[in-house]
Amino acid sequence: MSNRIQTTFAQLHSKGEKALIPYIMAGDPTLTMTESLVLALEQGGADLIELGVPFSDPIADGPVIQQAAERALHSGTTLKNILATVANLRKKTSIPLILMTYYNSLMAMGIKDFCANAVDAGIDGLIVPDLPPEESDLLYHATQAAGGPVSIFLLAPTSTAERRRAVIQRSHGFIYYVSLTGITGAKLTDLSLVRQSVQQLQRASRKPVAVGFGIASAEQAREVGRFADGVIIGSALVRYISEHHSSPTFLTNIQGMAQQWKSVLLPVTAKPSAIRSQKS
Amino acid sequence: MAIIPDKYGRFGQFGGKYAPEILMPAIHELEQAYRAAKKSRPFQQEFLNCLKHFVGRPTSLFFAERLTKTLGGAKIYLKREDLCHTGAHKINNTVGQALLTRRMKKKRVIAETGAGQHGVAVATVAAMFGLEAEIYMGTEDMERQALNVFRMRLLGSKVTGVNSGSRTLKDAISEAMRDWTTNVRTTHYLLGSVLGPHPYPMMVRDFQSVIGRETRKQIIALEGRLPHCLVACVGGGSNSIGLFYPFVKDTQVQMVGVEAGGYGIESGKHAARFAGGKPGVLHGTMTYLLQNEDGQVNPTHSVSAGLDYPAIGPEHSYYHDTGRIRYTSATDTEALAAFDLLAKEEGIIPALESAHAVAEVVKLAPTMKKSQILIMNLSGRGDKDVQQLAKMRGIPL
Repeated sequence: MSNRIQTTFAQLHSKGEKALIPYIMAGDPTLTMTESLVLALEQGGADLIELGVPFSDPIADGPVIQQAAERALHSGTTLKNILATVANLRKKTSIPLILMTYYNSLMAMGIKDFCANAVDAGIDGLIVPDLPPEESDLLYHATQAAGGPVSIFLLAPTSTAERRRAVIQRSHGFIYYVSLTGITGAKLTDLSLVRQSVQQLQRASRKPVAVGFGIASAEQAREVGRFADGVIIGSALVRYISEHHSSPTFLTNIQGMAQQWKSVLLPVTAKPSAIRSQKS
Repeated sequence: MAIIPDKYGRFGQFGGKYAPEILMPAIHELEQAYRAAKKSRPFQQEFLNCLKHFVGRPTSLFFAERLTKTLGGAKIYLKREDLCHTGAHKINNTVGQALLTRRMKKKRVIAETGAGQHGVAVATVAAMFGLEAEIYMGTEDMERQALNVFRMRLLGSKVTGVNSGSRTLKDAISEAMRDWTTNVRTTHYLLGSVLGPHPYPMMVRDFQSVIGRETRKQIIALEGRLPHCLVACVGGGSNSIGLFYPFVKDTQVQMVGVEAGGYGIESGKHAARFAGGKPGVLHGTMTYLLQNEDGQVNPTHSVSAGLDYPAIGPEHSYYHDTGRIRYTSATDTEALAAFDLLAKEEGIIPALESAHAVAEVVKLAPTMKKSQILIMNLSGRGDKDVQQLAKMRGIPL
């Protein structure tokens, strides 16, 4: 089964680039804005985009994403209207879109119905932070039967060798390596350990490894991009959106941020042109 | 009956381990440590020893003679968990898990608390075993239960207010899980009810089953037979499962779990999971959950902070669906009337949580024969609720 996520990583790999994967909370501040944000991020150079589905009790998330979820719920966001937004976006872009959702939202829709609806809307990948591989049979088989979306599992610094094997086997789009023992938006301090673990994963599997949790600056993105196949930027972007979404130059600024992040993920020789285009 | 939970931590379709990857190794470690401890004679011996000398077990099974006469039906016995050290059944589980923490060589425990009873029990064992403790509590609950906040601090624990969501028990659990995620290598999450990912529902049930085992021996010694009916309140469900579990195979013994009816089921402002909830996943377990059609967890209401939680222990969901246990609810008003009744008839001030069970006894006992025996778990004492009650009645203290 060939998938937009795999195709994208393969293309980037052949160009020597690393994937920029921004995370935004769908419906924060509104779903209309989510559509514009996806397009602006893509314009700036994002390669894949993660869309958070707001949940009332997000146990894996820090305060920034918790509050974004509260705002999104307040603006009337549901899994149903997120899928409708994605279907609409699919008329304008083919960028790989990944849903990050807690399991209860999927259960409420019904696992089979969700998979069918997600495929119809054009969702490519799925991350469920409270669904470890041992509980994933039902969802896994439903995604296989529906022909998508592909599942992406998380690995953490605490994961044992046995768990790494299970996650490698079950992950299809890429492997999501959580760079720290903590919640989203925590402070990332020790990059050498992250590098070691990611390289270990890359030796064990040919699947791309993207790193997330705690990457807040282009400087950190550059460091992580030296070894990982993709860099996920979440809380730092979500915070920016919450503080600046009413500014008249908001979308241009978002595009500029994506451009800046992407510029540090290009091969070394390509950097000058990227910087030029950013200035123009 | 099959052994539950199975090796995957399942009670039928309920239970399991729906936890973030970061926590999975710690959950696995806890499961291994608990299984070893369960088989270890020295561990069990030390647990029983602590229960006897520190907690003050066995607690008595008290014949409520005046209440029995007033209600005019079944013979009513009260299992006096209110007489435990710290004033509620919660201490049974905290002693067990503190011993386990020591066995796993961890030095710090964290916990959530709603009414503050579990928090006080954690602070107490942390002091006794020399562990560092941090307790998460919703800021609304901190207001309702200011006395318990002060007690936890007196015992040397750090109490951290949680200002997110509904600022009650569910948000305290989320925050404790986030702390655990961050400090998992050094910290044990001392969960206070039969909730959360496996092995918690099984482990907490096992530690609390001392209630039912004692009750069984006591009623046989006193009456020479098993009771006709057991009644207990159900928040997460640890006091009730503790009483019920040792009787589950005695099919002639009926069991009633009492949920918080809040302002009434029809008002929508309650915490009765079996009256409007449907299966879902919250805080690591699959169980009945009060939620809207999109799967967002609904706000709950109960006069009692300890019952004010949108999910129920997965084993209860299993007994509900199999019909082994009947679940009902008592409203705030009924619980408050029952609170007064028990205080005046028996000289016992019950916890507001336990008062929900009393309310069901008031309904049930008169419909039973005088020859029948009803045992109610008086899970905690009401000293902690006196301030809140005075405030509700406009009485300055």
